Parts: sequence; structure tokens; C-alpha cells
Amino acid sequence: MNEIVPVVEMTDIAIGFPGVKALDGVDFRLFQGEVHSLMGENGAGKSTLIKALTGVYTIDSGAITVLGEPQRFSTPGESQAAGISTVYQEVNLCPNLTVEENVLLGREPRRRGSIDWKDVRSRTREVLAELQLDHIDPGSLLSTHSIAVQQLIAIARSVEINAKVLILDEPTSSLDADEVNQLFRVIRDLRDRGVAILFVSHFLEQVYEISDRMTVLRNGKLVGEYLTRDLSRMSLISKMIGKDMEALAELDQAPARTRAGSGAGATPFIEAQGLGRKGSVSNVDLAIYPGEVVGLAGLLGAGRTEIARLFFGADKADEGSIKVKGASQKIRSPRAAIDKRIGFCSEDRKEEGLIGDLTVRDNLVLAMQASKGWARRIPRRVQDELVAEYIEALDIRPANPDALIRNLSGGNQQKVLLARWLVTHPELLILDEPTRGIDIGAKTQIQKLVNKLAADGMSILFISSELEEVLRVSDRVAVIKDRAMVAEINNDGVSVEDVMTVIAGGAQ
Amino acid sequence: MSPLSTLTPRTLKKPSPARSRLRGGARYAPTLATVGLFLAMFAVGAGMYPSFLSGQVFLNLFIDNTFLIVLAVGMTFVILTGGIDLSVGAVVALSMMVSATLLQQGWNAGAVIVLVLLIGGGLGLLMGLIIQYFDIQPFIVTLAGMFLARGLCYVISLDSIPVTEGFFTGMAQAQIPLSGDLFVSPGVLLALGIVAIAFFVLHHTRFGRTVYAIGGNEHSAMLMGLPVKSTKILVYALSGLCSAVAGILFSFYSLSGYSLAAQGMELDAIAAVVIGGTLLTGGTGYVLGSVVGVLVLGIVQTFIAYDGTLSSWWTKIVIGGLLLVFILLQRLFARKAG
Amino acid sequence: MKSLLKHRLAWPVIALAALLLLNQIFRPDFLGLRMQDGHLYGSLIDIMRNGAPTILIALGMTLVIATRGIDLSVGAVVAIAGAASCAYIAASPDPGSPVTAATAVLIAVVAGLALGVWNGFLVSTIGVQPIIATLVLMTAGRGVAQLITGGQIISVSNDHYKSIGAGYLFTLPISILITAAVFALAAVLTRRTALGTLIEAVGINPVASRLAGLRARNIIWIVYIFSAVCAAIAGLMISSNVTAADANNAGLYIEMDAILAVVIGGTSLAGGRYTLVGTVVGAFIIQTLTTTVYTLGIPPEVTLVFKALVVITVCLLQAPKARNLLNRLKAAPKPAAKEAAKEKVAI
Repeated sequence: MNEIVPVVEMTDIAIGFPGVKALDGVDFRLFQGEVHSLMGENGAGKSTLIKALTGVYTIDSGAITVLGEPQRFSTPGESQAAGISTVYQEVNLCPNLTVEENVLLGREPRRRGSIDWKDVRSRTREVLAELQLDHIDPGSLLSTHSIAVQQLIAIARSVEINAKVLILDEPTSSLDADEVNQLFRVIRDLRDRGVAILFVSHFLEQVYEISDRMTVLRNGKLVGEYLTRDLSRMSLISKMIGKDMEALAELDQAPARTRAGSGAGATPFIEAQGLGRKGSVSNVDLAIYPGEVVGLAGLLGAGRTEIARLFFGADKADEGSIKVKGASQKIRSPRAAIDKRIGFCSEDRKEEGLIGDLTVRDNLVLAMQASKGWARRIPRRVQDELVAEYIEALDIRPANPDALIRNLSGGNQQKVLLARWLVTHPELLILDEPTRGIDIGAKTQIQKLVNKLAADGMSILFISSELEEVLRVSDRVAVIKDRAMVAEINNDGVSVEDVMTVIAGGAQ
Repeated sequence: MSPLSTLTPRTLKKPSPARSRLRGGARYAPTLATVGLFLAMFAVGAGMYPSFLSGQVFLNLFIDNTFLIVLAVGMTFVILTGGIDLSVGAVVALSMMVSATLLQQGWNAGAVIVLVLLIGGGLGLLMGLIIQYFDIQPFIVTLAGMFLARGLCYVISLDSIPVTEGFFTGMAQAQIPLSGDLFVSPGVLLALGIVAIAFFVLHHTRFGRTVYAIGGNEHSAMLMGLPVKSTKILVYALSGLCSAVAGILFSFYSLSGYSLAAQGMELDAIAAVVIGGTLLTGGTGYVLGSVVGVLVLGIVQTFIAYDGTLSSWWTKIVIGGLLLVFILLQRLFARKAG
Repeated sequence: MKSLLKHRLAWPVIALAALLLLNQIFRPDFLGLRMQDGHLYGSLIDIMRNGAPTILIALGMTLVIATRGIDLSVGAVVAIAGAASCAYIAASPDPGSPVTAATAVLIAVVAGLALGVWNGFLVSTIGVQPIIATLVLMTAGRGVAQLITGGQIISVSNDHYKSIGAGYLFTLPISILITAAVFALAAVLTRRTALGTLIEAVGINPVASRLAGLRARNIIWIVYIFSAVCAAIAGLMISSNVTAADANNAGLYIEMDAILAVVIGGTSLAGGRYTLVGTVVGAFIIQTLTTTVYTLGIPPEVTLVFKALVVITVCLLQAPKARNLLNRLKAAPKPAAKEAAKEKVAI
């Protein structure tokens, strides 16, 4: 495909948000009749690039050419008019309308000003037949179909539009194996008919199965464009996380950690067996002993956060069981988990952690206050003591209990959220990306704190996308891949490379 | 082929067609329940009072509620997009006041009607623009619209102004004979004409389908490239226009303008739409259902009038009760679907 | 000075002061107070007394709005409470006794409690959107009130009952004292317990609150009960003031005034941080506005038009989109500023 003109060509694209450069000088090409994967960790700029191409965001600088025409999209409508169609993970169709309406919404054939429903029906049947989906009733409501079928209907919509470019953003996240196969059949079929397909997925194996080429992004910058067959899983992962192979091999390992408590005979604080939730994760067997740090390793989107949420009752598990201190328990809500002395720091500080308009003090005592109920207010004197104690212990700055938490830096916000749980004296603390987006000083402090807490007997589930960090603090590492737990490694001198080999698994 | 014909989809070969057919039919369940409720009430009325079972009693339901039917049409559009319009009652009163005053001053009936429609539509358009461009909740914006319209009524006059103009009185007295000694008023034909237009717009134009799409999932509608902004604005303009028409119809009916008229009529309109099977969260419902909803409200009133021992306030209590039942039913449906 | 202007109460207080000043200019005795028969009289006292029911209801509404809710049913609750207490007094064998009056008050408050439990049940347990849940009671409530009064205006003559809305104690109208007491109760209830913080937490970030183990259901229940009880007391005041229950007109549109007071006072309709003091100032602004319209000789009917303009202006000022626009215009060179002025006129 040397001299062929690309269907989509994006050059030197930059998009910035207040305080962040989401994309910086990124080039991207998409050719006719190929499946092209866009790879990178969360925050690498994948979705920003897609939104630039679909007209949801307007680019700050750079150029977009579609089918040789320079374009500058400012609405999704303009992008669609240029022949670009997108299918999102959460299926952006209207559940309250029928299949045929969704396929033709906004472009219904009309006769004398009135929508020609007969024609709508026949055109829908035609396009469904083309994709071998003729078992779908065009007159049925979209909401009566599974997510997988809805996704196929969304694809049918783009085929009907006669899209030259089809973007599939995390289409397989909530599909089972059969459904993925059906989707891939349709994708290959479209590719063979000359559609240019941009595929985004967190599932490595799927990417290798379906794509011809990939473009890797990291931190809003382009890493490179590669033919899938030329790029091993190992080198792909190292490009995504930004460590080259030599550096990885040389990386000095943290000393192996062994602690008491995890020995034979002891009862784990918490033990999950076959834990799972439909459309989320499945088959998690994991035990955490008192005084032990268990790390969850895996690429972003592999299912780490989902596991944490099941342990905390933020989502309800629908399969498997959980034992706390040897006794079978159902954890139906965060409240129930907290009553069993479990705490959870979410990876999404802003949306799921901070109460932005309240003070450091209010945020710090919130979980403790919630346990006591509204009527029994923690006396101001006790609050002051607790807050002062933790501001000092965790070095929270500014050391002002009455500062609004939204005005603190990320690292200090994170420390307040940690303190929110520490004051409740949990026996299990789940930390999801506790060091993401915070400065190096705060990061080291938090890692040290984790060590100290475990030494004092707390169980900790530690999640981070930085493998070095996971290895530095964990006694054991559970490896998560493609929404399931694939291995459990005792951290006795394990290297980052070893873990990556497990994640890459099947690379040979 | 209208979407209504999908009630009985063709037999299918593959995965669980029975389930799909059942769920497809469930869309009409709330509206069908309302139709059933109406028929049951009519039957009970006929059983209790022999004179109830007459064509004219049925036709009077329309004659006495022309304005409410038109209001419910506009409200259906708004609620289908997931919004709400609390200003309609006040806009009805304003339309009545404006027409009564201008007619008294000797304006031509046609000019008055055009002006009133412009005022109603304009107010609606203004509210739509504020809702869309400043992203303020519809209920607070239309609440302000209600204050404004009601306040303007008071500014015009505190007293009731009689309408003596020829065209209006003519419309008030006109009867269009049907078979036998049955008759309807011209207003009924106008209201039903508006219902027919609304039905056509909602089910056979892209604008109408966009209204449904916005109520189903506004974000998706935007990503599908539908004209979400303009549709949302237009829906409030339509509701304002309908309120103006309802005001004129109410003038035909009452032959006066009064600042305190149509108090709480917005609640009746919302109740009729909800009882007619439209989901308050938007996206599901039928304008014909709203008409049946108005008829149910009408029959409750007729019942109470026939009974003689029941007092008028039972109307409000029964409407509130029906509203509750249908809201709870909606929650139930929503939970099942979720 | 600048930091004082930045205080969230600065603008409401300035607006109130400006309104009062305007009145003073037109009626030099406006701010004066005088003592007569041991009672305090004056326009300020009138404003407070007439505004008392609105303040009460607005206090309840503030907490409801802080949880991202709304209570449209308060007007209906006012009517029901007044109807229930007056109907009881009228029917009692000893309609003039203090025991009868006390029982009537109790009945009204219990009625408010029950209606609040009902609203809270629909919102927190069934999960109906607040605006719709309270719409049910708004619609049916007036009918219930009329049912109680039999469609008549029930007049009562009980001096003890009358004193709630029209009596004096320690030189001040009792209605003002009751309102002050409820305000103090609300302040103590929310600040001496953790209720205030938890209400704000639920309103600011429901997701994070749930993950911190907060049970939002109980909190939501409490605010709707408080709102309805406040409305019931306001209903007592209104019916006592005229010694009659008017099921049709008592508390008509008072929900609108209450919401308006909350918004003007600086509590955002989006929920979260609230200010009870701000709400009281907001209610005073509304009441003073009504008085000003009289003072200026404008027909009182126009008040509604003013209110409409105030709501829209305040909402626009609070709307993030409008703020962004303003900020951009501020940053832009002068010609753009002119455009802004034009735009305001258009709105």
C-alpha cells in the first residue's frame, strides 16, 4: 500500500484542555480495506484522537484530510457527512426506537414530505441481509436486543450511510466470545469490501486477531505506526508503557518482600472464589492475608478496577462468593463493605472520591461520620485532633483543615482520601491508582505509607498501571488480562519483564 | 406503513421472536391501559346513570375540553424530549386577556388571532432559546415564563373582560350537526385537526423522530448527527403556540378574558399526558394517548357532575391518584427494562 | 473590600440594602420603627411579618434543593394544614379554648409530617424524580384540602389560634418569633449534628458519597419531612392570620416564591452548598420587592413580572454557560462589551 492515498490523513494534530495537552503533534493514517488498531494506555490520547476525527472536539492545530478533501469538523454531523461513522462501547443509539428507525434516523427516505416507512423497512432489511443479520426484526425495539446485537445494528447504520471509514471504539468490552466472533466476521466482511476500519480495544489478543496495522500513542504523543505482524506483543507493551526492552531488563528490582501472616494455616482476611459479574470480570480467585500487600497488575481496562469494585460492593457480584475472615459474606453495597472494615480509594478521584466543595476536614472525616450516622456528629475537638494528626502524618499541604479540597494539588487530595479511610481503621484497604497524576514526592510518601500500614497488620489490595510500583510494594501480584485473572505470582525477585511476559502471554 | 403496524411483527425464525414481540407490544401497554380505563369508566357510568350512555355525552367530553386537548398536544412534544413546560396555563390566560382586550378595542378578529399566536409562539421560542443556550433546567425557565405571562395578564386588567365580537360569539354558539341530533363545536374539529397534524409530524417526519430520539438518548441523538439543538428549541415554541391556540379556544368557550383563568391548567395538561402513557423521562408516548388522557380527565368531571353528591374537589384528588398510579407504573416498566 | 464582595452573601445583601434604600428615598419614614400599645410597628416589621410564611417554606426548600431535589407540593401542604386545623377548631365542642388551639396546631404539624414522609418515600425509596414525585401532591393536595373544608371557607374564632399569625409577644409579632425559632432549629439541626455536611455531600457528589458509605436515603427522607413540616407551620400562620382556612387560595404560588428565595439567596438549583441565611435574605428581597412596588405606586399586579425577570436574571448569572460567556466578554476588547449589553437587553 505504498503509493495509495490514505482515506484519512491526520497531520500534526494538537488538542489542549485547560492545563493538559491531550494531543501533541500526532500523525495518523488510515487506508482503504484495512483494520487499524489505535493503541495506548488510558490517557494516551486515543479517545481524544477519535473525537477529533468524529467532530466531537475541534482541533487546535494540524490538518485532517478525508478522501483527499481537507476537513475541519466542529460537529458530529459534519464528520458523518464526510463519510466517517463511529460505533461506541456504550452503543450510541436510541433504545426507545425500533431497529429500522435507528438504522435510518435522520436520513429516513421521504415521499411527499412524509417518511416512507415501507422504504425504511426494505432498506433496513437489505442492509441487515448484507451483513448476514437477517434474523434481526427491523420492527423490534432496540432495547429488546443484547448489547452485542445493538452494536451490530450500529454497524448496520454506518453501512447504510455508506461510510468510508468505520471507527469502533471499545466495541468488545461487554461481549462474550461468540458475540466477539460474530462482530469480527462482520468487521472482516466490511474490510474486504474496502471500508477503512479503526479499531480500539483494551484486549490485546483481539487486537492481534483482527488488525492489520497499529498506531501507538503515549502521553498524547505519537510513538509510531507498525504492521501488526512485525510487532511482538512484548514490544507493543513496552511501547505503550514507555520502557524499552533493554531498560526493562536492566531495571533494578526492589528487594523481595516476605512478611508474616501469609503462611500456611493463617486465615485470609478476605477470600474471593470464582467472583465475577456479567459484562465486567469473571472467575476471580484471590485471597489477601492480614499484613499482606497484593498487587493487581495488568493493562488499563484489563479489569483491575472492576475487581476492586466487586470487593467493595460498589458493583454487585453475580457469581462466585466472598469470605471475610473465613465466614461467607455478601457484600451488597459500599456501606456493607465498610461495616466489614473495608476501605476503597477510587482511581477516579474527582468523580468518585472528592466532595469538591467541602473542606479538607469534612472530606477527611466523611467515611467515619457516615458510619456513625448523621445524628452523632463527631465532636469538633475529635475532628480537630484527627485532622491535625493526619495532616502531619501524611504531610498534607496546605496544612489548613478549612481549605476547600478542590483547591489542593492532586497529591494532597489523594492523601486526604487515604486519610478518610485510615481514620476508620480498615482491615482491608483497596487502593486503585493511588499515585496516578501526583508528583514524585507524594508518590514516594504514599508507597512508604502502604509499606508501613501492611507492617502494622493491614491487608492491602494495590492497583497501579506502573508495574515497577506494583512490584515495589506488593508481596504477591495477581495478573489480570482481558477481564479475567490469569496468574498469581509470589513477588520473590520477580522482574517487570517477567510480569509483562505473563501479560503478553501466548506471544511465544 | 406507520410504526403502529409493528404491533404484530411478522413471525421470525431466529432468537426468541416471542420475547421480542411481547416487548414490542409492551410499548403500547400504558396507553392501552388508559384506553381500557376510559372504556371501563364509561361502562360504569352507563350502568349507574341511564342517560350517560349517549353519543352526546361522549361528544361533550371533546366540546368541553378542546383547549386541554390542544395543550396536551404541545405538552406531549415537550415531555417526549424529556422536558416540561409549566407556563402553558398562564399563556392560555394571557392569550385570552390579549384577545378580549383587543377585541373590545375594535380590532379585527383575524388580526387578533394572528397576534395571539405570535405572542404564544414567541414566548415559547424565547424559553426554548434560554433552556438550550444557557443550559438552565426547563422547569425553572418555564416557571419564570409562567410568572411573566400571569403578571402580564394582571398588567392588562384585573377584571374579567367580556367578549362580544361577532366572530368569537359565532364560534361559541356554532354547532356542527352530526348524524341524528348529535353535534360538535367548531373548536372540536380544530382541536382534532391539530391532533392529526401532531400525529403526522411525530410519526412521519424527521423532526418528529428527532423528538423521540432526544427523549431516548440526547447524547446519542447528537452523535448521530441529528439537529438536537434546533429541535429542542422548536418543541418549546410549539408548546407556546399550542397554548395560544388553546387560549383562543378557551375564549370561544367562555367568551371572556380573565387574569385568573386557567389556574393550574398546566397540571391538568401534564396529568393528561402522563395518564395517556407518555413517559416523563421522555422518548416514549403517543399524542393519541394524550387525547385519551384528556378524555379520562373529562369523564372524571362528568361522573362527578352526574353523581351530584360528589363535590368538585374529588376531580383533583382522582387526577392526583391517577397521576400517582401511572407514575408508579412507569417506574415499574423502567425497572423491568433496566 | 474586594474579598467582602466575593462573599457568597454579598450580592443578595447589597440587593436588599438597595431596595430598602430606594423605599427610604420615596418614603422617608420607611425605615422608622415606632412603639404603640407595647407593640413594635413599622414597614420593616410588616415586611418580616408578611414574609414569615415564605421564609419558613424557603428554609425547608433550601435543604431539599441542596440534595438536588425540589418540593413543588408545599403550597398544597399549606392549604391542607390550614384546612385541617380550622376544621378541627370549627367542629370542636369548645372552639375558643387554648387546648383546642393546641390540638389544632398538633394536627397540622402531624399532617405536615405525614405528607413529608409520603414525598420522601416516593423520592428516596421508589426513586421517582423529585419534581414529578411532589407534583402528585401538588395536584391532589388542594383537592384534599377542599375535601376537609367541604369547599367552604371555614372561619374560626379562637384568640389563641389567632395569635399565631396575628399576635404579639415581647413587642414582636409571634409569627416573626416562630420563624426565628424554626430558623434557629434548622441551623442547630444541620450544624450541631452532621446533617448539614452530609446533605451537602449528597448534593455535591452523590457517587463519592455512596462510596464513602453514606446512606443518602435517610437524609433525603429527612429533608422532605422538614420541608413539609415547615409548610404546615406556614399554613397555620396564614390561616391564623385571617382566622379562616381557604383551601383554594392559601399558599397559592408560594412554592414559586420559596424557590425564588432560595435561588436569590445564592443556593444553586444544582444542589450542594447551601446557605440558610442567604435564603432568609432572598425571602426578604422578595417581600421588600412587593412592598417597593406599592411604595413606587406601581400597580401591585406587576410584581409577578418583576419576579419573573429576577428569576431569569439570577439563573442566568448562576448558569456556568452564561458565566463563561461573561468572562470571555470581559477579557475581550471593548466593542465586544457593547455587544454584551445589547444581549442583556434582548433577554
